Amino acid sequence: MKLPGWKELVETGPIIKEAGNATEYKTGDWRTFRPEIDYSKCTTCMFCWLFCPDSAVKFDGNKVYIDYDYCKGCGVCAAECPVKAITMKEEQK
Amino acid sequence: MKVKGRKIAIEGNEAAALALKQVNPDVVAAYPITPSTEVVQKFSEYVANGEVTTEFVPVESEHSAMSACIGASAAGARVATSTASQGLALMWEMLYIASSMRLPIVMTVANRALSAPINIHGDHSDAMGARDAGWIQIFSENVQEIYDNIFQAFRIAEHPDVRLPVMVGYDGFITSHSEEILELLEDEEVKRFIGEYKPKFSLLDINNPITMGPLALFDSYFEFKVAQAYAIENSLPIIKKVGKEFGDLTGRYYDVIEKYYTDDADYIVVAMSSTCGTARVVVDELREKGEKVGLLKIRVFRPFPLEDVVDALKNAKVVGVLDRSMVPGSFAGPLYHEITSGMYHLEKRPVFQPYVYGLGGRDITTEHIKGVFEELKEIEKAGKPKGLKYIGVRE
Ligand code: SF4
Ligand code: SF4
Repeated sequence: MKLPGWKELVETGPIIKEAGNATEYKTGDWRTFRPEIDYSKCTTCMFCWLFCPDSAVKFDGNKVYIDYDYCKGCGVCAAECPVKAITMKEEQK
Repeated sequence: MKVKGRKIAIEGNEAAALALKQVNPDVVAAYPITPSTEVVQKFSEYVANGEVTTEFVPVESEHSAMSACIGASAAGARVATSTASQGLALMWEMLYIASSMRLPIVMTVANRALSAPINIHGDHSDAMGARDAGWIQIFSENVQEIYDNIFQAFRIAEHPDVRLPVMVGYDGFITSHSEEILELLEDEEVKRFIGEYKPKFSLLDINNPITMGPLALFDSYFEFKVAQAYAIENSLPIIKKVGKEFGDLTGRYYDVIEKYYTDDADYIVVAMSSTCGTARVVVDELREKGEKVGLLKIRVFRPFPLEDVVDALKNAKVVGVLDRSMVPGSFAGPLYHEITSGMYHLEKRPVFQPYVYGLGGRDITTEHIKGVFEELKEIEKAGKPKGLKYIGVRE
């Protein structure tokens, strides 16, 4: 999503004209650490999916995966995983 | 075409209520507070008697009053309210939301001191507390101006290029409770002048759904604030245009400042609101004696009409700036800071002397203002200002 310059905002003010576009606002760049799942250990118990405060753990019907567009890197998933399948790795540029 | 209106004798607050009645806003949400109580009291009487079709929302606090105004305005209604002092202070948080969401709410403020100690009388501390909230601030010298400014406020606020809330101030008890002669506009003229309000965005427009006031973090908040700042700066020419149109209708022309004998004046006093009436008497008297004195009245304080002010003051020798609010910890009041920093870049500029006066309704008399002009002459001889002076304070 291209962010507007101030001149484009004079006309509207803080108003969003299209509905349902919050998904376009990616908030994952707050992250310092990224969770990574080791699928050889994962039992698909869904704890990480349940506990993620940002609903950034997704389930594709088969396995869990992290949506890095929204994951804030809080580490809750890694702490809750009963088999220690998730490690927090420092985000690289 | 200039129309001659009927004349009545009326108090400032009642004139404000009467103007609001003639506007007949869609929604008024208000909580009464001294010295602006009568505005709400009178207006609710109009509502009860069926003289307006306004939806009146009697809330339990000023914070709620402004919240309800914001909600109604976001829904697309023409909205007004009224407050003063602590009430305005209690609205503080919501004032920012109203202006940032670009909602054209009109609010009358009977300017009054802030506690402590408790004081119900007039000064500008409340308005100056709300100074940075992004509202347009217009100050009225007398009862006629309260009435006239309210109609102009709706036009300015609702102008498609402005869409910002407007505060119409007048001095608590001094103007709010004094009875003066008021030249009326007929209801039809008011209707024609303010026109029908067609909001650009409305939450009730179900065919064009919108979200108002969403989250904007470090990646976009700044841009929104700059856009908002641009909108208020940009309202200056519109305020002038509306003031001229109002003049064409009534013969009473309004500009963002009022120059009174400033063109050739060596000594100028700058003030806002009712004090300008007092100063004008002194200027008349001294002019008769051949003294080159003048008065600069600041009618619009936000956006600050810097260019006009610079133009009016640049050739003076000494300027006394009269602030009616207390800024503990600073060396002068807000009006002084605004004017002096705005003129700092000029090579040739007057010497400026800061005054604070009239706190908590303390009288400012013609004698005081004569004293100020005397002092400005002394300052010219000394070549430098004296530091902040309090007018009429016991030592
Ligand atoms: S690190 Fe936090 S935000 Fe990211 S997936 Fe795990 S629990 Fe969710
Ligand atoms: S909590 Fe651990 S084991 Fe359970 S689904 Fe998530 S990664 Fe797999």
